[in-house]
Amino acid sequence: MSDITKQTLTELVENIKNKKLSSTDVTKAFIERSEKSKELNTYITEDFTSALNKAKKFDQKPNLDLKLPGVPMAVKDLFCTKDVKTTAGSKILNNFVPTYESTVTENIWKEGAILLGKLNCDEFAMGSSNETSFFGSVQNPIDKDLVPGGSSGGSASAVSGQLTPITIGTDTGGSIRQPASFTGTVGLKPTYGSCSRYGIVAFASSLDQAGPMAQNVKDCALLQEVISTYDPKDSTSIDFKRNQYSKELTNNIKGKKIGIPKEYRIDGMPKEIEDLWQKGIQYVKDCGAETIDISLPHTNYALPTYYIVAPAEASSNLARYDGVKYGFRAKGENLIDMYEKTRSEGFGAEVQRRIMIGTYVLSSGYYDAYYLKAQKVRKLIKNDFDEAYKKVDAILTPSTPSSAFKIGEKTNDPVSMYLNDIFTVPVNLAGLPGISIPAGHDSKGYPLGLQIIGKAFDEQNILNIAFAMEEKINFKNKITDWWIK
Amino acid sequence: MSKKNSEYLINRKDNQYEVVIGLEVHAQVLSESKLFSTSATKFGAEPNTQVSLVDAAFPGMLPVINEFCVKQAIKTGIGLNAKINKRSVFDRKNYFYADLPQGYQISQFKDPIVGEGKVILDMPDGQKEVGIERLHLEQDAGKSIHDLDPQNTFVDLNRSGVALMEIVSKPDLRSPDEVSLYIKKLRSIMRYLGTCDGNMQEGSLRADVNVSVRAKGSKEFGTRCEIKNVNSIKFMQMAIEYEANRQVDLIEEGKSIDQETRLFDTKKNETRSMRSKEDAHDYRYFPDPDLLPLEVSDEFVKELKNNIPELPDDKKKRFIDEFKLSPYEATILVSDIDTAKYFEEVVAKMGKNKDMKLAVNWITGELFAVLNNKNLEISQSPVSAKNLAILVNLIKNGTISGKIAKTVFELMLDGDKDPQKIVEEKGLKQQSDPKAIEALIDKIIDDNREKAIEYKQGKEKLFGFFVGQAMKASAGKANPQLINEILKKKLQ
Repeated sequence: MSDITKQTLTELVENIKNKKLSSTDVTKAFIERSEKSKELNTYITEDFTSALNKAKKFDQKPNLDLKLPGVPMAVKDLFCTKDVKTTAGSKILNNFVPTYESTVTENIWKEGAILLGKLNCDEFAMGSSNETSFFGSVQNPIDKDLVPGGSSGGSASAVSGQLTPITIGTDTGGSIRQPASFTGTVGLKPTYGSCSRYGIVAFASSLDQAGPMAQNVKDCALLQEVISTYDPKDSTSIDFKRNQYSKELTNNIKGKKIGIPKEYRIDGMPKEIEDLWQKGIQYVKDCGAETIDISLPHTNYALPTYYIVAPAEASSNLARYDGVKYGFRAKGENLIDMYEKTRSEGFGAEVQRRIMIGTYVLSSGYYDAYYLKAQKVRKLIKNDFDEAYKKVDAILTPSTPSSAFKIGEKTNDPVSMYLNDIFTVPVNLAGLPGISIPAGHDSKGYPLGLQIIGKAFDEQNILNIAFAMEEKINFKNKITDWWIK
Repeated sequence: MSKKNSEYLINRKDNQYEVVIGLEVHAQVLSESKLFSTSATKFGAEPNTQVSLVDAAFPGMLPVINEFCVKQAIKTGIGLNAKINKRSVFDRKNYFYADLPQGYQISQFKDPIVGEGKVILDMPDGQKEVGIERLHLEQDAGKSIHDLDPQNTFVDLNRSGVALMEIVSKPDLRSPDEVSLYIKKLRSIMRYLGTCDGNMQEGSLRADVNVSVRAKGSKEFGTRCEIKNVNSIKFMQMAIEYEANRQVDLIEEGKSIDQETRLFDTKKNETRSMRSKEDAHDYRYFPDPDLLPLEVSDEFVKELKNNIPELPDDKKKRFIDEFKLSPYEATILVSDIDTAKYFEEVVAKMGKNKDMKLAVNWITGELFAVLNNKNLEISQSPVSAKNLAILVNLIKNGTISGKIAKTVFELMLDGDKDPQKIVEEKGLKQQSDPKAIEALIDKIIDDNREKAIEYKQGKEKLFGFFVGQAMKASAGKANPQLINEILKKKLQ
């Protein structure tokens, strides 16, 4: 089979289970394509030799009852992987090899998947274009010199470019959904507490959440089913009854009430986005659902709130990278000098900017005006959603206010970069699940995504809505393999 | 300096100053594992052998609260007659140091687990109540070792993440002696509860001491200085004495006191400025997003309350009521849980016809002296409570005299021997046959006729001589009471 890498996860699993393909066949195919795709700069660390050995081992004694039997996949380099370098896209962790495995990746390997390597991302997941990575920017397979979005840019690019059948990312303010939207792929940010944060390099603890990224909704549901477990090692992990998301997946969404929030119709939003949204509304209606206009009055405050809460937590979470215990250390005259040089040389500009913002908003004298106020607004934003969910089952919005932009286009304008996350950030602040699915193209032929936001722990419902819409939309990604010589 | 009516005042020419002291005691929670990880907490382990990935703050590691430590804190709160807060919050206290791997300490800032309470001090002239402001749980830091290498500092993370209770008193203490009593009382309560071993040598109990002075009679507080991390009662007292005098001198010179953090130099017996208020750290406290607020139910607290052992104050009251001890005796016996246990065991083993006073005297007299000499804790006593009870009973029922008992006690020290057996083997049983004693006394009077006459003429001191002779003649075994009675009769 020459087109192995074009297959969906569901197809690959089926073919491996039917013994039409071996794990070795599949792993080889993805390694070969990855080797030919170095120009995309998706990988920070390749683990191909080891992957092939694991695939061969799997084939010797295949356990076909597993959910991901012998399926190779690469993961975002924010997940700690035992004995495999984990950098978080930062110079400060350039030499860091964990002795432990994150719960989410552990869950994946337990179901038979095989690690291909670690995927590029914005440094400490801080960015919306993958341009803050110490390991360089990532190319969007859609077009040359186009950003794949961020921070899970390497992950989105790898799925879109078919270097991995599926992947996992993390989403603190939109880092799964925005790159999914930019690359024509499906990305789910689960409810806060659904996936364990144990072993994931922390950015903003109260917002971070791991989630699946895939070529279609069904693959996404299957991966979510694998990664979402209650984990006592994470005090914020929640013990709720998790669905068999892929098995329970249905396109029957008749009678579902879908909210359309007026506040998401923002000033200066391109007409293409508005049109896409209207098309989305029509699609859900075609599926038998009902749309209802709703209001989420504090939406405007979400982005400023996020840019206080997230940097505050980050400034504290990143304090451990001090050159003392592991990672990069610069030489210094004394302890303080060593700290300053290590952190100045080890962290990139965007990370330093956020540490500064976070330190500032937590400082005595400013705490009440910024951090405390932001926490109050966060509560109001959550209340908005609670109110809305008295009337509707889910909410439909665009995923991003624009399609992918060119590399370098926004690097000197942080605020315009931050605006990328305007539709995704409220979901993180409220701890809700949200999924982005590809829904169309702009005039340049770049993909555009729609976001479905659910009630807490209602992943099944938004997956179903996405699944139903996916059928109607019938999106096809335009990948030309331009980077393969 | 004067101590009128036990008041501790600092005198200068025409002025008298009162000292105001508040303590922040750091008590290590007695627990097998750390506050947010499962690492062991044994004292004296090889450096960095009790360190988990969480303690060393590896990327992606998360804290998980140790429920046992929460129970220990609540129990201590109950022991301090304090309000238990059903909802408390863990905050991050952010600062950089090489032995602080996370770059922040997890502590409780705005919402501690225990609120206001009180501790009763037994003073020589009555009781004094000291207010407790709060008790909160927090992580200990690791240890920086600067003297192993001329170039490098070594870090031992064994202590990193160990659970501490910070117990903050109100500024109710007024003298070094009160501070000593307060620390001892806190330690006693926590040892009764089994929540802290109180071992100051091992650093399980240390304190930051806040000291200010003010003119006697003034209601305003003076500017305070905080003396950091003092690890013995003696040093606390020395530090307070030095610091209070330093502050008084400044006031007398017309200078003002800077609010600052100071260190106590135990070698030079002085406090030194560590950092001023302007240089104070901005710790940027905020709720730790890795941990949910800690919520405990009424039932949870009630269950702990129901299992609180009898504490020193209650035990003291019971000793006074039930055993008719003096408040002074009771205070001594309850101050340490092991002493109280020992005493109660002696009481139990003495059986029905017991002499409580005699037992107390033997414990606080002979036994304490031996323990002191041998530098032993009462839990390591060479004489068991059971055998001490037998000894006291032997005195009480007249089998041996108090004097012989001392000889027997000496012999008991070697291998906790049964006093009954010693008395039998050595033939130390008291002579209580009045006829035999009478014969013995007749002979003595006969041998000392002249002295007998002198006595009868009024030289009463000689009575002691005759008693001595009688004891000597009986090899100390004659019942002293009988000797007294018979002698008196014969010498009339």
